[in-house]
Amino acid sequence: MPLTDSLRDDILAAVPSLRAFAISLSGNGDRADDLVQETLLRALANIDSFQPGSNLPAWLFTILRNLFRSDYRKRRREVEDAEGNYAKTLKTQPAQGAHLEFEEFRTALDKLPQDQREALILVGASGFSYEDAATICGCAVGTIKSRVNRARSKLAALLYVEGAEDFGPDETVRAVIGGNG
Amino acid sequence: MKDVKSQASKNAPPGRQGGLNAEIQSRIGHQLRAMYDDVVRQGVPERFAELIRKLDAPTAAHQVGSPEESGGGANDQENGRD
Repeated sequence: MPLTDSLRDDILAAVPSLRAFAISLSGNGDRADDLVQETLLRALANIDSFQPGSNLPAWLFTILRNLFRSDYRKRRREVEDAEGNYAKTLKTQPAQGAHLEFEEFRTALDKLPQDQREALILVGASGFSYEDAATICGCAVGTIKSRVNRARSKLAALLYVEGAEDFGPDETVRAVIGGNG
Repeated sequence: MKDVKSQASKNAPPGRQGGLNAEIQSRIGHQLRAMYDDVVRQGVPERFAELIRKLDAPTAAHQVGSPEESGGGANDQENGRD
């Protein structure tokens, strides 16, 4: 369909979550914004292939995800820098204790296989249904479900079993996760 | 019967292993969303708002072809059809 004003507004409205997805995937703020930019350019260049009335965020996420995956194969090993750069993209730095925990979480997330990480983010953070996530990832719904389950188990093992000691002070945990009671 | 059982315990679904697991899963969910929403709350950076605005006016975008646009134009890659 042609790029109408309302479609343009809808694309704009999707940008914040596209960025969040890109940063969650890549762990690197600069690279994430490049990904978002390329996603937008692709989307706008191919806007004719977007079906009016279909799920625009899912369409945009699909583009970004595919770009990330082709990009990822090229650049594989840039993860070292990830945490530092990610922190820089945040407007408000978390307080120290919370910051540490945040980094641990980020590190654990980076340890997940890519398939599992993206499935977990799409369902657990972006709020897509399993069906939409399956469309975005080009796989079966059951596959998404099992990836999400495996991702959760692995994170639990990494964060709360392996390093259980580090999670002693409950206040720290609550400081991070609290807020929406 | 025994086979089914041993297989089941090998692939035991997470979240069904008692309260501790459920609490851990809820923490993970919170952390994941906290991380994500931190970025979402930053809104739309000017860079992207401008990009979409520019491309919204195709005639202008065509003529200007701004040289300071770092490298990647809209048409420089042809993997677009996935």
